[in-house]
Amino acid sequence: MSMFGQVHVKNGQYKIKGDFHELTPNMPIRNSDDGWKLMGVTNPRDMTYIHSYGGESIFFESLSKGKLMATRCDNKKCESKGSIYQPFRIFCPDCLSKMTVIDMTDIAKKTAKIHTFMVCERSGAFNILKRPIKFINIEFDGVCTILMSYLAVGEPEIGMRVVPIFQKLDPTYTILDMAWVPEKTKSNHLPKGFSF
Amino acid sequence: MIKFSDKQLAIPKLMRPVYLVTAGQSKFDRAFPDKRTEELCIDALTQAAEMINVTPAELKSYIHTCYYGHFADHFGDQLLGEAVIHDRLGLDPLGNCGVKTGGATGGTTLWEGVKAVASGYSNCVLSMGWERMDEVPTDEGNFLISCAADKDWESPLGHIYTGYYAVMAQKYWKVFGKEEDSFRRTLAEIAVKHHGYARMNPYAQSPMKITIEDVLNSPVVAYPLRALDCCLMSVGAACAIICDEATAIKLTKNSPHKPLRIWVTAGSHTLRPADRRDMAIPLLPNETADQYKDLGKKFPGGERYPGFTGFLAARMAAYYAYNQVGIKDPTADLDVIELHDAFTISDVQTYEDIGIRPYGYGRDYVESGDCYHMNPKTGKPGKLPSNLSGGLIGCMHSVGATGIMQVFEIACHIWNRWAEIHGDDKLWKKFDRKKPADWTDLQVKGAKRALAISHAGVGSHVTATILMDPDKLIKKDA
Repeated sequence: MSMFGQVHVKNGQYKIKGDFHELTPNMPIRNSDDGWKLMGVTNPRDMTYIHSYGGESIFFESLSKGKLMATRCDNKKCESKGSIYQPFRIFCPDCLSKMTVIDMTDIAKKTAKIHTFMVCERSGAFNILKRPIKFINIEFDGVCTILMSYLAVGEPEIGMRVVPIFQKLDPTYTILDMAWVPEKTKSNHLPKGFSF
Repeated sequence: MIKFSDKQLAIPKLMRPVYLVTAGQSKFDRAFPDKRTEELCIDALTQAAEMINVTPAELKSYIHTCYYGHFADHFGDQLLGEAVIHDRLGLDPLGNCGVKTGGATGGTTLWEGVKAVASGYSNCVLSMGWERMDEVPTDEGNFLISCAADKDWESPLGHIYTGYYAVMAQKYWKVFGKEEDSFRRTLAEIAVKHHGYARMNPYAQSPMKITIEDVLNSPVVAYPLRALDCCLMSVGAACAIICDEATAIKLTKNSPHKPLRIWVTAGSHTLRPADRRDMAIPLLPNETADQYKDLGKKFPGGERYPGFTGFLAARMAAYYAYNQVGIKDPTADLDVIELHDAFTISDVQTYEDIGIRPYGYGRDYVESGDCYHMNPKTGKPGKLPSNLSGGLIGCMHSVGATGIMQVFEIACHIWNRWAEIHGDDKLWKKFDRKKPADWTDLQVKGAKRALAISHAGVGSHVTATILMDPDKLIKKDA
């Protein structure tokens, strides 16, 4: 019986269990305009990758706990000392020193605004968000960069105040554990599994 | 604000003159069920040889190094596809190198070729690019393209790259477009123009005679971008032969055209838009220091640079290129251009990044008619025609080949061979395409200098390739 591939780390090494690929037979491609002559073959492949979040792990773990983490450069010699980065960057892009991880959940709750947005009717394969997807880019007071995410409730507008929500129930441990809703949205309007 | 050092802003200088000797390309289409990639690459190299009246074997005998632009291994399902093509072209045991910079791969492949010749390492380089985008259906293709975004932070958000441009379109429309319907119509006009010019190009994948209303009524992909605002997904190959002066003269002994001087510069920016601290707008030679002082007043929301309204990488590529070759005003100094119209919005953004119009005023390049072969407003030739090939929207976006296709096209104009190549009845027949009854010669008369912009989403890499008739240089020692 097949089992989804699972991984944990022990003694600094990956320990894997289950199936990381599935074997599906290839099929001939034939030309219906020319006597069904052979033109090629299909090459099915279903693989599971093992991906490390490295120094960003705390960001993704924190989403599942309802916290939005960012980083701040505290290198006294850096020309951009004090700059806060969201998206989370492990190292300062100016001085390359390791930055300090900070909790900016309150900043997000109090100051997040839609910088720009779009409404996406189509998606690529493997998309799991409900369409249309309302992508928003979010600006925060005191943060020098802009975060991309999606609006889970309502219609986006540039300048709209939004607040973060988090998938604390059955988290995916991906960026999709975070979404945004207009300020003053009621708890009972949030998508399943999400809370403030 | 970020400040750049003099060393970072130093103007590039080639150690010796470099020439584009010839170029070639395959037919472009959504799929080639009957051809392997090497067949398309050989079509391109064979045409490059025919363009200068030498055999492919003779041309190969000059090649010393090869650069291969092939963006997506996972699209073609072939890791190290460069080695396969190099082998099939029979160019072993020459050194070769794969190049990948997303949508700018073609331009970067030329960049590498120019540097190899300029440095003296090689006297003759093959820069060849291709992409195989028909091995998966379109939605899987969109997924694979989205893998070029940050896989932890962006790709899971819909797995569709159009969305990452649409947020830029929305911001630009709000800030510089002032939310005017007329601006939306101007964007649509770009799609009409590019699909229309594609009708005159036998290589082009998507020739269409359409109206602005057709574009505005096409299905929404990622609002405000609609299907006809978007570039194509293509298969095909293109190549260029880049040489030093002595080799260029030898190779063009029996050629109907002369070699052209070539320069390529490059810029970059963050993969995620606006992901660095802000900075002052780097200025081009036709701009002044106080020009953008009140940009935020004129266009509220436009004060942040770089933000979602432009591409810093394109600005930097233009900065290096214009200063390197002596261009003061691109509209006056250039005769024809090919821009990376991945989307109608990014076409407009690029007009501003490369100084055809100041930031905030890109739409005027279209609305004035300057971008047309024949200005519909004046009935006279456009001041600086763009994307006469049909661009990425009308001709193709076979990623690794795109930047090289652009250079093939602008070279045809300077060589005064556009009509000979694009009007050739035999070529239309060979490609099984119908030459339109109203086929029009789009040769830009007297073209001597041209520019091509190759761009990776969402402005992470951009190259600027400049071609000049060697007798019409602006700066003699460039």
